[in-house]
Amino acid sequence: MTSITGGEAAHTVKNLADAYDVIVIGAGPAGLSAATTVSTLGARTLLVDENQTPGGQIYRSILLAQTADRQRLGEGYWQGREIAETFLRSGAQYAPATTAWSIGPANDEGGQFIGHEVGVSTGGTARLISARQVVLATGALERPFPIAGWTLPGVMTAGAAQIALKTSGLIPDGRVVIAGTGPLLYLLAAQLIEAGAMVAAVLDTTPRRNWLKALRHLPTFLTSPYVVKGLRLLRTVLRRTKVVRWVSALSAEGTGELKEVVWTAGGQEHRMPADLLLLHQGVVPNVNFSNAAGCKHVWDETQLTFRPQVDDWYETSIPGISIAGDGAGIRGAEAAALQGKLTGLGCAIRLGLIGGEDRDRHASTLKVQLTKVTRGREFLDALYQPSKAFRVPQNPETIVCRCEEVSAAQIRASVSAGAIGPNQMKVFLRSGMGPCQGRLCGLTVTELIADERSASPDMVGYYRLRFPIKPLRLRELASLPQSDAAKVAVLADLADTHHSKVN
Amino acid sequence: MFRRAPDRNRDPVTFTFDGIPITALAGDSVAAALLAAGIRACRTTPVSGAPRGPYCMMGVCFECLVRIDGVGNRQGCLVPVQEGMTVETQKGPHVLSAELVP
Repeated sequence: MTSITGGEAAHTVKNLADAYDVIVIGAGPAGLSAATTVSTLGARTLLVDENQTPGGQIYRSILLAQTADRQRLGEGYWQGREIAETFLRSGAQYAPATTAWSIGPANDEGGQFIGHEVGVSTGGTARLISARQVVLATGALERPFPIAGWTLPGVMTAGAAQIALKTSGLIPDGRVVIAGTGPLLYLLAAQLIEAGAMVAAVLDTTPRRNWLKALRHLPTFLTSPYVVKGLRLLRTVLRRTKVVRWVSALSAEGTGELKEVVWTAGGQEHRMPADLLLLHQGVVPNVNFSNAAGCKHVWDETQLTFRPQVDDWYETSIPGISIAGDGAGIRGAEAAALQGKLTGLGCAIRLGLIGGEDRDRHASTLKVQLTKVTRGREFLDALYQPSKAFRVPQNPETIVCRCEEVSAAQIRASVSAGAIGPNQMKVFLRSGMGPCQGRLCGLTVTELIADERSASPDMVGYYRLRFPIKPLRLRELASLPQSDAAKVAVLADLADTHHSKVN
Repeated sequence: MFRRAPDRNRDPVTFTFDGIPITALAGDSVAAALLAAGIRACRTTPVSGAPRGPYCMMGVCFECLVRIDGVGNRQGCLVPVQEGMTVETQKGPHVLSAELVP
């Protein structure tokens, strides 16, 4: 039997080779499938992942899950088991509990470009490892939900509660309120109710007008696999808790910790004492890696987010860097696994392991399946597009940048004072410069500036992010080998930082 | 705000948070262990000193920063809790300190 951490698990970075054909970052469905595919085709493959066991967030702790977890979390969760087990049986090397924090071009002694160099770190030791192909499978994160009081202890994301349930069997207790929009909101509410949580209320912020916009996609949606599953979840939630629809304003109140949830529905303000408020308004691509790598990104007007531009084989604008799964645009876990396989085929052909005919033969079935599993997605995207009131804070006191405690009013005032883009905002207010590096404020800052300037988010752009994308200890940096080329690169990057423009 | 599923069957692990002994279960992250013990806030912010607690549980928000065995700025949701671990509230910014090289 294969152990959970893999037959070839590398628990310290010292056990890793200096170079691989492919490095995959992220062990969710996309990363696991990409690594399995490309290593099966003969590539020396390394998969690096921050968590202790494979599965990413969607299949978190799947190989430790027991029968009770299967009942609580459902068959959708259980599907991840096969993906993780197949990966562990493949020849790919697996580095769990390992953070990837940078990526840059790797050159040979003659200065010829030979691939990319990835900075990784485990338990306080860092290494630079090169690969001819790199697959970023860093997935999605929950869209920022900036409401007044969202920084109070006792307010968490719905995804956080799901992770606590998957990894530690923790069930929300006391007066629990779930608020927001999106298919995952009802999935989570149903899972928590099944697990025995007393959910006091579900506050649905889906705007009424979204139904009109979604209606034209309804016929396709009705033929998709989402319908049956969705209706079952909805029934569970409607039967077992109070659902408040058309919520137009929301805030959390309390001194030092959450005490009450306040919302407006039908023009009336309501209050409810609460011990735990779980927020969710969809997920967006986690762009920190691809942005810092310099991949070209586009604004997605439907999903209201930036996403990296990729070709048919999920290669980005930078040769040798591909992005598989939700990191390239939100399409869900089943699509991510298929995209991972297609990405693996793309890497394999660039490495010369297969020919075009082989690739296309393998890919044709995958592409048919991909169309099938993403059927109905347009309906969900249109219906669950969060309203502007919850993306661009209406209350000026609302904290936008949680790390540096910058409010919506400060962002707006700074636009008037000349900070016309997110990068100038960093200089003015330090927003996006705390440890989360804009993950929890980036989209909000872009949309606030766009609103204040009456410009499109596309024109405003996003933070220009810098490596390391995860904090490193000085000792880790200092222990890295120092070549002359590396020193020149650092100086060049510093110079670039000082001259960076709006985008 | 959280309770443990009764079918959860793992070995107990004992650690301290600000000197108070807490029993968690093997496999818990430090952040999950704190939530299971009813602890909501684990740090204060460098700017206003406001209390904060775990928010995303997946390593992106950095709200669960704590001091673990004397090392500050550790992401509680990514570190598995270990027997005998010393976890402390991170008060304000992480203060740089000289460490002994092992």
